[in-house]
Formats: sequence, structure tokens, C-alpha cells
Amino acid sequence: MNTVLERPVVEAHGLGKRYGRRWALSACDLSIPAGRVVGLVGPNGAGKTTLLHLAVGLLPPSAGTISVLGGEPGGSTEHLARIGFLAQESPTYARLTVAQHLQMGQWLNPQWDADFARTRVEELGLDPRQRSGTLSGGQRAQLALTLAVAKRPELLVLDEPVAALDPLARREFLQTLMEVVAVHGVTVVLSSHLIADLERVCDYLVVLVTGRVALTGEVDELLASHHRLTGPRRETGRLSGVGNVIEESHVERQTSLVVHSDGPILDPAWAVTPITLDDLVLAYMKQARDGRVASTHGLAVAQ
Amino acid sequence: MIEFHLDPSSGVATYVQLVQQVHQALQLGMLEPGDRLPTAQQVVASLAINPNTVLKAYRDLEREGLVRARPGLGTFVVGQLPRTDPASQARFRRSMSDWLRKARTAGLSPDEIEAIYRTAFRDLFNEEGVA
Repeated sequence: MNTVLERPVVEAHGLGKRYGRRWALSACDLSIPAGRVVGLVGPNGAGKTTLLHLAVGLLPPSAGTISVLGGEPGGSTEHLARIGFLAQESPTYARLTVAQHLQMGQWLNPQWDADFARTRVEELGLDPRQRSGTLSGGQRAQLALTLAVAKRPELLVLDEPVAALDPLARREFLQTLMEVVAVHGVTVVLSSHLIADLERVCDYLVVLVTGRVALTGEVDELLASHHRLTGPRRETGRLSGVGNVIEESHVERQTSLVVHSDGPILDPAWAVTPITLDDLVLAYMKQARDGRVASTHGLAVAQ
Repeated sequence: MIEFHLDPSSGVATYVQLVQQVHQALQLGMLEPGDRLPTAQQVVASLAINPNTVLKAYRDLEREGLVRARPGLGTFVVGQLPRTDPASQARFRRSMSDWLRKARTAGLSPDEIEAIYRTAFRDLFNEEGVA
């Protein structure tokens, strides 16, 4: 179903972007395998949009390199045709009708899949004669997604696609997106500041905090190798045999930890419980924000 | 055909939840050899989850010898799990209820009882190397 390519879909080395004196993104190393649904997570202002704009060639890097589908982003018209991009708030042309959007898609894209676009619009129950300015937020997002998919890209880049949608429209949007992945095997990179939006759909995660990559890896591996430990109070310096401590908190008699460990936790004093992706990401965000450890980039990119 | 559900707060990986639900359906007789599992497209269209997750679950089930993928046709149940005898299930439930009542009479609170159960459960399955 998925084209398993040898080379990563997105590869960045020392990538950075500076606006004036401020680095919106710095020292970013990434290697995103093909056929994944990649969640790009981070607080507002972490550099998510900057990274996505670099990936689709809307911005040139200030430092380092980024290669997408084996080429320079935006390097040629042919290369652009292989990438679908949905900017924040799913912009459409308010005064154009649904049908006119499809027409335009056909004119502008060499690989345009008119059947898919027409069928999808029917399934969504959109009136082709309706102007997009009068559609609901959810309908507009679905129309924009239909346009991006009908272009038949190998990589689909979505910037905060569900942020402005109500819960039902959000679920429906993600259902459509996952169906597209199942049928066409496209690689997807989508950003959000809410991990809950992405938890179900992503199998690969990139966490950005203040312009740096704080964590990256396969979701299943991340969940399997992180644990929450609770036990009797221990001092910070005396935590051994628990792996790499990502987060710790101490109250009078109890210590709770979030740890990264590939092996089992052998010390019977700890009660070991699984951790949710949400809590895991928050632990790394906190760690990166407080600057305790420069980067935990240790999780290998599994193919 | 069965329908999958997800418990996002369980902390159990999504593909494991799918595998467990097929196991349960087999144990309870809701799935039998010859039955078809929903296609990846059907599952993702209803749950809004990653199709790779579904395929991963189905691969695990195939490795266990419980299902087989037939290209172009779907994934079919080919194996069976030992079904627990309903009478023995009922017997264990009765002895568990007895135990719970005794714990209550001894003055233990529901939380304490649950903590004891969880600890004993974890210890047992850790010993067996399952958990």
C-alpha cells in the first residue's frame, strides 16, 4: 500500500531560519521516513509553521539544508507538483464556487484527479454552485483538503488543519484524511499545538519547542520505551537504574518520574505504569523549555 | 464482521487495542473461522486512525496464526483461541465475589481492595513475563 522508499521523504541537517535577529528555527536535524503520518507538535511560536514553509519551499533556509522527496523544496515546477500544501485556516477563494475551485485545480495541476475531486465533493454533500465564502468552516477545510489531495501529491503538508474546526468537523476531516492515506499511500506531515488532535492519526512524531527538535520517533516505540514511575521519595542525585529521567516531581514522601528506558524497570520500589502520548509530549516540552537537557534525540528512526 | 472501538485514555497502544478486541471476539465466539475482518479503509474511515496501525494489528494477528490476508479479498479469520468454559468463568466470578465480600467485612475500602488486586495481578503476570 505504501511506497517504501529508501530515502527519507524529508531530511534536514542543521536547518535554521532567522527573522531579523530572532532564530525561529535552529539546529534542526530530521529524517522522516516515507509512508508515515507525521505529527509536528509544539506550543504556539515553536517554529512549526516555519518548518513547514521551509519544507514546501515557501521560505529559504538561513542555515543548514533541507531536502524533500530527494530535491530542493520549490526547486522546480515538477517538484512542486509532488507536494500538496494546506496552509493554516484552509484558505480558499471566497468568491469562487466549489465547481470553480475544482476547475482551477484542473488547470493548475498536471496530475489532477478530476474523478476523485468530483466524487469527494458529492460525498461531502457540497453544492458545486455554492461560493466557498458561504461554506461552514468544516466544509471549507474539506474542500481545501480535496483540492490538495486531487493534485495527487506524494507528500501532503497540512499546517494546523483542524485547529479552527469544531469536534465533529475535526473528526470528519481526520476520517477523510486517513481514508486518503489508506487508499493512496501518501506521506502526510501535519502540525498542531494539541497532541489530542494527532494522537489517533500519527505514527511518527516530531516535537518542536522554541525552535528546536525536542523529540522525534515512531509513536509506538515512544510509548513502549517511556514509563511513569511512582514510589517512595528519592533525592534527585540518587535516581539510578531507572533509565533516562525526562521529568521528576517530588512531594513529601513520594517521587514520580517520567523515564525513557528500553529495558524493564527492575527496582521493585517503583510502581510502573504506561504513559499517554499527551503526558509524554508535555514532559519533553517542559524539559526542553527548562533547558535541563539539551536534546533527547536518541530514538533511532526505525524503518 | 466486528466493529472496533478505542479507549484513548487506556494508555494501551492503538494497534494493541485492535489485537485485543479480535482476541476477545474470538474468545466470546463473536468471530469464527471464515469471518472477514473490516478492511483497513473501513476501520480508518470510522475511527479516524492511521491505516498503518490497522495493518500492524492485522500483521500481528497473522503471525499468531489467527487471520490470513487474501490479496484483493480481505483479511479472514483462520484460527481459533481456546474459549473459556462459561461454567468455569462463573465459578471464578463466584469465588472472586466471596473474596471481595470477605475483604469488605475485614474493613478494607474499595480503593484498597482495587490496589491489592492490581498489585497481585501485576506481580503474577510479571512473573510469567507476559506484562
